[in-house]
Amino acid sequence: MKKAKTLGIIIALVAFVGGWQLATNLNSSPQITSSVGGASYGGGDQADSVNTALPERTVNGQILTVNPGDSIQAAVEAAQPGDTIQVMPGIYSETVYIDKDDIHLVGVIKAGERATLDGLGKLNDAILYSGNNILIANFKITRYKGNGIMSQAGNNFEIRNNIIIDTGIYGIFPQLGVNGLIEHNIVSGIADAAIYVGMSDNIHVAHNQVFDSVAGIEIENSRHAVVENNYTYNNSGGILAFITPGLPIKTTYDVIIRNNFILDNNIPNFAAPGSTVAGIPSGTGILVMAADDVIIEGNIIVDHKVAGILINDHGNAPGLTLDPDVDPNADRVMILDNVMHNNGYDTIDEVRAFALTELHTGDIDIFQIGPSQDSCIINRHRYHHVGLGDFAECDFSNTDSIHNYLIPGAAKPRIIASAERGEIAYMGICAGCHAYDDVLIGPSTRDIQAMYANNPQGIVSYINAPFKVRPEYPEMPAQNYLDAETQLAVADYLLNIQLEPSQP
Amino acid sequence: MAFLLSTLPRQNLIKQVYRLLLLSALGFCSTASSVEPATTTLSSDCPASFLLSDNNQCLLRNLYQLYNSLGDHGIGGLKTALPAHRDGFSPEQIDLGRLLFFDPVLSADQSVSCASCHNPSQGFSDGLGRSVGIHGQLGSRSAPSLWNSAFLKDFFWDARSQSLEEQALSPLFSPQEMGNNPSQLLSSLRAVEAYPKLFKQAFPDTKDLSLDQIATALAAFQSSLISLNSRYDQYAHGYGEALNAQEIEGLNIFRSFVARCSQCHMPPLFTNQQIAVIGSPEPEDMPRDIGAEKTFDSVKLKGGFKVPSLRNIAETAPYMHSGRFQTLREVAEFYSGGRGHAVPEGEDLLLHWHISEPDLNADELDRLVDFMRTLSDSSMLPTVPHTVPSGLTTISGKAARDNNSQKSSSEKT
Repeated sequence: MKKAKTLGIIIALVAFVGGWQLATNLNSSPQITSSVGGASYGGGDQADSVNTALPERTVNGQILTVNPGDSIQAAVEAAQPGDTIQVMPGIYSETVYIDKDDIHLVGVIKAGERATLDGLGKLNDAILYSGNNILIANFKITRYKGNGIMSQAGNNFEIRNNIIIDTGIYGIFPQLGVNGLIEHNIVSGIADAAIYVGMSDNIHVAHNQVFDSVAGIEIENSRHAVVENNYTYNNSGGILAFITPGLPIKTTYDVIIRNNFILDNNIPNFAAPGSTVAGIPSGTGILVMAADDVIIEGNIIVDHKVAGILINDHGNAPGLTLDPDVDPNADRVMILDNVMHNNGYDTIDEVRAFALTELHTGDIDIFQIGPSQDSCIINRHRYHHVGLGDFAECDFSNTDSIHNYLIPGAAKPRIIASAERGEIAYMGICAGCHAYDDVLIGPSTRDIQAMYANNPQGIVSYINAPFKVRPEYPEMPAQNYLDAETQLAVADYLLNIQLEPSQP
Repeated sequence: MAFLLSTLPRQNLIKQVYRLLLLSALGFCSTASSVEPATTTLSSDCPASFLLSDNNQCLLRNLYQLYNSLGDHGIGGLKTALPAHRDGFSPEQIDLGRLLFFDPVLSADQSVSCASCHNPSQGFSDGLGRSVGIHGQLGSRSAPSLWNSAFLKDFFWDARSQSLEEQALSPLFSPQEMGNNPSQLLSSLRAVEAYPKLFKQAFPDTKDLSLDQIATALAAFQSSLISLNSRYDQYAHGYGEALNAQEIEGLNIFRSFVARCSQCHMPPLFTNQQIAVIGSPEPEDMPRDIGAEKTFDSVKLKGGFKVPSLRNIAETAPYMHSGRFQTLREVAEFYSGGRGHAVPEGEDLLLHWHISEPDLNADELDRLVDFMRTLSDSSMLPTVPHTVPSGLTTISGKAARDNNSQKSSSEKT
């Protein structure tokens, strides 16, 4: 029933579009493609759809409550993986760092009053983390000098429903993470990118409001990202997908920018001199630089003085460093239907000069410069465009096939068998001081085996709190930094090493 | 026990590991009986942190192998895998490389060895801002540490070499460093009685001692210099108490986007292995070193150098490519001092985008130094041979001599 109705709509649309096409044929006969129904994008990671980046918790740990006057960091230090930290409304001036896994840090909002991290203009960062499976939600964060929320190498994260105002260089900055969801945040007053996804994979940025910043949302040297349903206005540039040369990860590809409101991003660029975003011309809706497989679909892009969509290679960005390991061109850019209006009305000289080479004057919705292989567009006749001569017609009209690029079941940690774990720890640490049947810095492993036969737990106890056993040896340093699993694995491994008798 | 079975084929190999470790200890322990015997046999055991495989290869084992890294790039945060590494050399090749490394016979006038500039007791550097080659020649750059070079993809400050083997030969034939040439090098090694036999042990399938073998052996030894057991590492593996409050504060400044240190000195190796133009000053009597501009033939990289690893950085003062800064504190002050503040007026450098103006206060600078000092670990230090096949004086012999002469001179006064 539903299917029949949809079909009816499509037929009606085709009839309408067909009629219009007949009429315009009298002029220049543009190829008109309906983006309703029709073929979907066939590339990308066509994963099953999921709506969360966090794995399901196997144990539900404790809830730790932090009240005004308490330290959030103290709660983080007390927390075990699986715990949730609830922060009650009030002002907290500290830097919170989470260097452990599976912590949920959640502000409690009461009648609009939030747990507020206030850096007082003195503190560097509000929240830093380097753990997996981290949730950060419901905070207000303001007056920090570095970042609102930054991670280095945390997989499976969600950053949701935070209000971030004036936190220095970045508002939300996950770096080197896999599988992350950034949604429903309000970010403003940021000197670089309000939301900056750096060198990460499988990221979803949705339903955020970003304004009064140099860049709204930036996807840099990252892959498999969807940026959708965001409201970005009053920045210097709205949404960016690019490759910065000189970073250790060299690619950006599989980025979908769809259904965003990108409005009036014309404020003067106030980025620090020398920063990459300082090169964004104020008045840019979407900027694609050197990134590949970027799809731009369903956005409303209006009122940008330079251009609605600006696409360029590194060759046309003279302020960037040289990186021979980077492909400098934006290839396979795919522009589907977007609503564009009043863009490029007061553009920069470089753009205007290149437009003139195509005898183009006046507004510019889409500006492309530099080599771009296998790029495509539909309904190009709708826009004021420059540099699209090599763009083919896309053979698909939508990205309905891709819900998001999040990983079903989340990114998995490395699974290490116990024996391998024991071998790694034994070789990597113990072997520096213990030889099998000879005396090195500590007693021989054979001696240890004799002392602790069938008693790996005895070894575990000892390495956690060593004491001097033999006066002729130096006291062993504690190995209590190893987790319980690794301690037991290495004890088992040590007790089970057997060597063949020495050759005569 | 299934896992026991899986270790059985390696039993003999494990034993060999211990043997080598014993030899290593003899080199260091004061209880050890005097001098290593004249080397006629290479060790058949791998160095610490290496497991001997069934086909006689030394394979690296370290705790970071418990983790992943994004795209296997080996960069990230605390529990992140390291970058791809070189290993798989035989124990004999590593041991031959060790002897060659410390043997001054490799230089033209037999006065300096690799270890002269890469001294294990000085973090495999030399304590000098600019290293000194044969005939007392003052070079233009600082000797880089060799710790963890198994993980590097480019070598030399200007990234001009892409393999340990290629790198290893270059100083031998540089007129400013060891001043040798291929034919003299080969003939002087062949003239030392022990070397042809030792090379045969390390390279049993080849006929004659060759440059390739020298390069392989030196690369093998360098790849065995592993330092991954610092207090920082203990913290990274999950032990929060490994660092004190001040050091953790330093870590947070290090990774903050105000200071941005960790954007280039990325864990776990503490380098992202890229070129960066930072505009650090040369010593006062030296013109600007163009660095990677030459390697890549691009003025955009003028004054650019490889980002060095900070592991064991506290052991390798002075700092930067030509040793302009004496202390880590001075280095931290340089980065805090503002973008381009040390670039002479009129000089055009395309400074790295992370060179900003962090404007850290004195306490923050101190904390950064505190943190950098937690990156030290020499638990896998190799044995310095007291004697080398050529019979020439090694650095340890020199050190002992210097020590004695100091003692005797102080006794006189």
